[in-house]
Amino acid sequence: MGHQYGRRPWTFYVLAAFFTLFVLFLYGPMLVVYTLSFQGPTGGLVFPLRGMSLHWFAALFGQARTGDVWGSFARSLPLALMVLTVTVIFSVMAGLAFRRRFAGATAIFYMAIASLIIPGLVLSIGIGLMFQFTGVPPRWYSSAFGGHLTWTLPFGLLIMFAVFSRFNRAYEEAARDLGAGSWQTLRHVTLPIVAVGLIAVALFGFTLSYDEFPRSWQTVGPYNTLPLEIWGMTTNITSPALYALGTVTTAVSFAAIAIALTAMAMIQRRRSRRALGAGRG
Amino acid sequence: MKLAPTAASYLEVAPLTLVLTVFLVIPLAMVVTVSFFEYDMISGVIPVFTLDNYSYLFGSRLTLDLYAGTLKFAAIVWAITLFVGFTVAYFLVFHVRSLIVAIGLFLLCTVPFWTSNIIRMISWVPLLGKYGLFNQALMGAGITAEPVEWLLFSDFAVVVAYVHLFTLFMIVPIFNSMARIDRSLIEAAVDAGAGRWQIMREIVIPLSKTGIALGSIFVITLVMGDFFVVKVMSGGRTASVVSAMFEDIRLLLYPPAAASAVILLIIVVLMVAAILRIVDVRRELAG
Repeated sequence: MGHQYGRRPWTFYVLAAFFTLFVLFLYGPMLVVYTLSFQGPTGGLVFPLRGMSLHWFAALFGQARTGDVWGSFARSLPLALMVLTVTVIFSVMAGLAFRRRFAGATAIFYMAIASLIIPGLVLSIGIGLMFQFTGVPPRWYSSAFGGHLTWTLPFGLLIMFAVFSRFNRAYEEAARDLGAGSWQTLRHVTLPIVAVGLIAVALFGFTLSYDEFPRSWQTVGPYNTLPLEIWGMTTNITSPALYALGTVTTAVSFAAIAIALTAMAMIQRRRSRRALGAGRG
Repeated sequence: MKLAPTAASYLEVAPLTLVLTVFLVIPLAMVVTVSFFEYDMISGVIPVFTLDNYSYLFGSRLTLDLYAGTLKFAAIVWAITLFVGFTVAYFLVFHVRSLIVAIGLFLLCTVPFWTSNIIRMISWVPLLGKYGLFNQALMGAGITAEPVEWLLFSDFAVVVAYVHLFTLFMIVPIFNSMARIDRSLIEAAVDAGAGRWQIMREIVIPLSKTGIALGSIFVITLVMGDFFVVKVMSGGRTASVVSAMFEDIRLLLYPPAAASAVILLIIVVLMVAAILRIVDVRRELAG
């Protein structure tokens, strides 16, 4: 802009204030819930805090009346890891495919977009019906797994589009000129270059599955995943135990984000160190 | 073994296509089929062709009310998220000078996307509730003597929760479009004597069109397909198209729910097609 290094225009301060308010709006309510989850044993769903305690976390895991929190967590976590793995592999493969023109590419692209905009609940009903009609019992690791993939794969594909649009194919050609086979080129050249994008796909795959409610609703069968359990609690539980569950599940999400960001940073650092080494050698 | 390039493409895209065929195309075909089936309370779905599910829906005043209500929410939430999303993206792209700071602030906006929507929604309860923070503050300041009842379990609360959950879907695509605007265009406009509003109207808005269209598609389809925000935040007082479907399924009334799902799908697809008619998103995505 013309005033790049001059005094900031008045609009900057107005917009900065607006942005700050937005961030407060985004994070404020969540921080309130995390705070209230440490409510003392006699405290309620709203302020004031009556002491600080871990009482409601203990209640969450200790008592039968809060439902099957552990069990649902023990299903949601492996499900999210399965979705992550498959989303990364299938998205990369599809991303590679879309670099060439082939008949049907547009149809498959629109299928992925349709998967993104179709109300999850409609799809949930459809998958439920399909399993009902074929007589296969729906389970979290079969029907819900497939349902989650319809949600994570389009995101994975779009990220791969973005990654490959900035990809310089000269590296692959150089590898091939040096005698590398197509598998070697993929393994030692293409995948390392797109690694940061793959971690982004993995983060989407994990968190979208871990938090998915609509596509799980008619597809999990008799055993709930965590979001369904939380949904049940919103109507039954009127104690800060609900907030404690919110804090715990958000901590898992934050851990996933932290792992992803750390992995990205490590890849970048290793790459720049190697680049330096190559320059010296 | 050497593969022809096209054959390699088909092999690479096969797993994704297979998953989407089995878990998207066939289930949708099931929904469409079942929407034409008869049913009764005892035996459930009866595979006999009928148009009753549709004629009932089209003849019912309730359907119209549900769609009117849901479309009203979609319009209000679209307008608010567009304004907020555009403003936030504009600030990050054109007013934050350091790229690292801009990306950091952008990430700050996206982190909540990776956490549970249900928990984020519930987090408004201790703020907006009858004895919540806002009412405590209002009464503490002497503005009202009685707690304000319409803050929670109302249409207002539904809109607040939607804006909270979905604004991100506007920020990301608009940010993306704006970041690609060539700065020299704006410098040239400044040199030619264009004012702030003129630059906004003639350069920034037209070049952010793709982002605005993508964000609008996300927000509108999310609101049209939602039921849990409406259910919880309205306290069960307001129904949406999908929440009515949800109740049908709970009573195992699959055919009417399926018919309602088909109509919703057609409406959502028409809305998306209308947006795509105005802005050619695919051309910009590919380029």
